[in-house]
Amino acid sequence: MKILVCMKQVPQKDAPLKLNESGAWIREDVSYEVNEPDAYALEEALRQKEKHSGEVVAITTGPARAQQVLREALAKGADRAIHLEGSEFVALDSLNTAKAIATAIKDEKFDLIFTGLQSDDYGYAQTGVLLAEILGWPHATIIMSIDKTDSGIRLKRELESGFFQHLEMPLPAVLTIQSGINKLRYATLIGIKQAKNKPLRKVTFAEVQSTVGPNLQKIEKLYIPQKQKKTEMLEGSPSEVAKKLVEKLKNEVRVL
Amino acid sequence: MPEILIVAEQREGKFNRVSLETLAGAQAIAAETGWTVEAAVVGSNLDGPAQEVAKVKLAKVYAIEAPALEHYTADAYVAALKQFISSKQPRLVLMPHTYQVRDFAPKLAASLGRTLISDSIGYRKDGDKLVFTRQMFQGKFAADVSFSCDPPHFATFQAGAFRVDKAEMGAAAAAVERVSAQIDNGAIRVKPLEIFKEAKQAVDLTQAEIIVSVGRGIKEPKNIDLAKALAEALGGEIAASRPICDSGWLPMDRQIGSSGQTVAPKLYLALGISGAIQHIVGMKGSRSIIAINKDAEAPIFEIADYGIVGNLFDIVPALTEEVRKARA
Repeated sequence: MKILVCMKQVPQKDAPLKLNESGAWIREDVSYEVNEPDAYALEEALRQKEKHSGEVVAITTGPARAQQVLREALAKGADRAIHLEGSEFVALDSLNTAKAIATAIKDEKFDLIFTGLQSDDYGYAQTGVLLAEILGWPHATIIMSIDKTDSGIRLKRELESGFFQHLEMPLPAVLTIQSGINKLRYATLIGIKQAKNKPLRKVTFAEVQSTVGPNLQKIEKLYIPQKQKKTEMLEGSPSEVAKKLVEKLKNEVRVL
Repeated sequence: MPEILIVAEQREGKFNRVSLETLAGAQAIAAETGWTVEAAVVGSNLDGPAQEVAKVKLAKVYAIEAPALEHYTADAYVAALKQFISSKQPRLVLMPHTYQVRDFAPKLAASLGRTLISDSIGYRKDGDKLVFTRQMFQGKFAADVSFSCDPPHFATFQAGAFRVDKAEMGAAAAAVERVSAQIDNGAIRVKPLEIFKEAKQAVDLTQAEIIVSVGRGIKEPKNIDLAKALAEALGGEIAASRPICDSGWLPMDRQIGSSGQTVAPKLYLALGISGAIQHIVGMKGSRSIIAINKDAEAPIFEIADYGIVGNLFDIVPALTEEVRKARA
């Protein structure tokens, strides 16, 4: 099976974020990491390859810093990588990102494309589904297991409130992968060394620009959300705040 | 012709009440814009769900039916709704941000050459333009997002964005119009099979009055004992956010959030939980929320009644001790 894994670089979970001058995006001088669901998508692709042989290709979009995501994927076992490199990619909406990816892989023949189920920055949960629509492929979302069958694949899709559903579908297909589908591996030292010699193809914005249209939606501004509740902050040493909290539990919350 | 069309959700013939929140949102938009509101339900035998939707104050309910729509598939839903929306040309199509909608709505919007603002938590009227508010960066920021294309505009609302009890019911049931969708069976590529629950849920957290819940901030599996000791002292249940259950540190049936259980206890104590949207939808109905987190910017503090910024490894044992004393 030849599998493409779409991976995104996002700000680290506990990175302090600040607005930039435009007020419509963050200042980009923060620490970044792999979007967590995408790490599970990569792991699943590597496991499928180990079972059925084939090839795993990682793809990302974004400025030079985003290459780190691909280096990590190659170190964990991806065979090669594609980087749609440029700061222009950051501002693309989900549809244009999907179009850019579709253009970059038009000469490839993948059996499966994986994405994480959503990103930790935008959180739109759309790029994978849109990529399927552009390619004319079937898709399934929030996937918790994948088994190859004679005619295609059998999937377990997560529903809400602890329910699941089995699905069958033909290949090629796009799947969005849920966190927790597998256990993540660490990159080995040998893997990190080997990654340096693995092929990484760069695609410029100019190469895909003709297929990308104007964004159909626009972030007008970004701001700190208004508090929904008045939070009383308790301060002091651990034993002091513990005492204060127990008073609240007795007198206000009334559970003691 | 409706100006706002809601696609209400039914699954296997059962109306999903989260659609009432979206209906409440649509009514609020209608009150500001004067737009008409109609709803559509998609499926194969829609008498039940269509009647549920028709109780809401609406101009009309469309029951879009076809045998191929009996069990949900994105392919069949998009085929049916694409035809319908093309013929009705609403200005705005609203849906609840459920797992089912996430599966087909981006494809539906793209198939009509349009875009979807997904997972919104509210809206704002800005002149004659509607702006949708959504959370970004796991709730650390909110964003105002607008459409820069022609209608129909598509948006989904997160669970809890509007209150079910704000949905205004009609004096009489709205008229239900049946629409039969033409779907080529060959167009359905996904074969849906059985819906099931995995191992029986051993713990029903919805019944717990006190829940002590742990997130990534707990760092290591052995530290969960600290939280367990506190839960025990309080006479409560232990629970967790998704990453903790994904890592196998607590069983899946202890998970709170969109993919786990939804709870509303008297007291919800969040330890080292940052407050990602997916977690918050599962617990924000709690009567009192206490959050302990080292990050003062963590979104969990947005919804907490009491907050402590600090090291939970120092605070939790001290708190357990004080609770024990108070109970002795």
